[in-house]
Amino acid sequence: MMDILQILLSESFWAASLRIATPLIFGVMGALLCEKSGVLNLGIEGIFAAGAMCGWMAVWLGAGLWGGALIAALAGAFFGLIHGILTVPLGLSQHVSGLGVTLFATSLSYFTYRTALPNVSSPPRIEPFRALDIPLLSDIPFLGPVLFQQTAMTMLALLVVGLVWYVLNRTALGVALQAVGDNPDSVDAQGLSVYGLRIGAVMVGSSLMALGGAFLTMSAFDAFFFGMVNGRGWICIALVIFASWKPGKALLGALLFGAFDALQVRLQTEVGAMVPGQVFLMAPYVLSIIALVVAARKAEYPRALLTPWFKGQR
Amino acid sequence: MIRIEPRTAPGRWMTLGVPVLSAVIALALAAIPLALAGADITVAYGEMVKGVFGSVFAFSEMLTRATPLMFTGLAAALAFRAKLWNIGAEGQLYLGAMAAVAIGAGAVDVPGIFLVPLIVILGAAAGAAGMAVPALLKTRFGADEVVTTLLLNFIILIFVQMMLEGALKDPMSLGWPQSAPVLDQGMLPQLMPRMRVHSGLILALVLAGIAQFMLARSVWGFRLRAVGENAAAARHAGIGVNRSLFGVAILSGGLAGLAGVSEVAGLKGYLTADLSPGFGYTGIVVAMLAGLSPVGVVISALFIASVFVGADSMSRAMGVSSYLADLVVSMSLLCVLIGGFVARYRITRTKTAEGVA
Repeated sequence: MMDILQILLSESFWAASLRIATPLIFGVMGALLCEKSGVLNLGIEGIFAAGAMCGWMAVWLGAGLWGGALIAALAGAFFGLIHGILTVPLGLSQHVSGLGVTLFATSLSYFTYRTALPNVSSPPRIEPFRALDIPLLSDIPFLGPVLFQQTAMTMLALLVVGLVWYVLNRTALGVALQAVGDNPDSVDAQGLSVYGLRIGAVMVGSSLMALGGAFLTMSAFDAFFFGMVNGRGWICIALVIFASWKPGKALLGALLFGAFDALQVRLQTEVGAMVPGQVFLMAPYVLSIIALVVAARKAEYPRALLTPWFKGQR
Repeated sequence: MIRIEPRTAPGRWMTLGVPVLSAVIALALAAIPLALAGADITVAYGEMVKGVFGSVFAFSEMLTRATPLMFTGLAAALAFRAKLWNIGAEGQLYLGAMAAVAIGAGAVDVPGIFLVPLIVILGAAAGAAGMAVPALLKTRFGADEVVTTLLLNFIILIFVQMMLEGALKDPMSLGWPQSAPVLDQGMLPQLMPRMRVHSGLILALVLAGIAQFMLARSVWGFRLRAVGENAAAARHAGIGVNRSLFGVAILSGGLAGLAGVSEVAGLKGYLTADLSPGFGYTGIVVAMLAGLSPVGVVISALFIASVFVGADSMSRAMGVSSYLADLVVSMSLLCVLIGGFVARYRITRTKTAEGVA
């Protein structure tokens, strides 16, 4: 027990938690934006892979790190546009379209990677984002190492949370976005475009998801691997329900998740001999299911989630 | 101005034509990545066709590849008919496969006439149990089955790895994480000498026939369709919606479990953690391409298997990445979705600006 307490009090543990949470923060904010507008985006898992591949490849081909992040975000927006067109004006099944986008984005990324690098045995590396070392701020005890010695992408993720919260709760656009996910007729009656708002939200949300993927290859690691997304997208979908579509709670969920993952890595080294390692590997997925079951009944779903809306039909 | 209006009833040729056309378009679209990869397109398509129809062996390999896809396709088709989104066929497949080696690899040493049915039934039961959990979480707690089944896929695969290093590990495998082989008398009989195609295919065809009949003609099928089309109305009409959902969950999971049984006891003989290259997920494409019809699943599984086997062969001959097959499969899903829209609606031109009554 003392060991766990010691872990929980250490700076490195919380720094690792935030690092592990970063891709989830991007993904959760992306999924939240899509769903707030009434569109479930199961393309997330594939968009993560596409973001990871595109961001990495852009840098590998000579773009700067931020250039790579931009390319990843644009790739995400592209897949978001596909999902948006299929589910919003065409009103097709959001479940099936999303899975289709996941399969398409994943296979396109894998095919492109293999075609560009046919005969590599070990994946080539890039120079990833380095940890910022902000003078003064990094020297604050505890908070400094945890918050201000992360990479710029982690900072960006935290900034995105604030931005999403601000837009949703403090701007006219946010009001319209929430309304289009609850009662699209009211938005239409105001003369606003339901299609435009929904497709826009899905595209922006998808580019955030892609940034989550890009974090994996450009900050957490320095190379692209097949299967590296490893269910992170699905975990984000569960976390959004757990957070009841609130950005603050979603951030908290992602952080708790990161903390739990960081803890299990440390516990694994402590008690690894007693329990098979796989038990720890399973933990994040089990935890997501538990979070979902606990929150499902209380969750305040956007009322028009999964419901297509057609202009001129009531 | 242009308006989109629903058709009263999609024509019969539409329900057949849309999937076929979608498949053709997806195959044709593969020319783009092929060209970008620098391959000669006509030669590449020729290699793909040769890879499926070039020899009896090639064709039998296609049938072998289609077998698990028929099971997972049926699993998805039945569940989706009831709007139960079972995306967990991948995990349920592994549960079936684990049950097959747990029973078949020496734990029960009885003659084949008993052992084969035992493996099949318990494998299906394991898959069914795997889907019963998310179905219960849905009906009891309202937890979305899409997310729970997707997450369970990861949990089950890690569990398989754990078992392959533990209870199910073959002591003779020299450190490789693989199970002991299924006893000879527990293996599903081969269909052709020197070919890998096995009687799992026959089982899949029979089950597709039964599913088609039950769905179209039985009270059970009627209830299932009613729940899928309008759960609230079905509940109002006195149909036990949760019971129907739970029933189809069991069937769907069982079918996915059989995919694992058939791969282990029909093809590989033992279990490894890379038994399935995503058969569970591909089954969703198979089902959608089939318009969720069980007989259609058989045909679309043959098509998807041809894409995989053909692309593999083309890949070996020309050095183009075999991920091309996954790309074609995903594009055919997107095409059939759009095609389904085109079939259900028609685009008309009207003179008046406000065409809505």
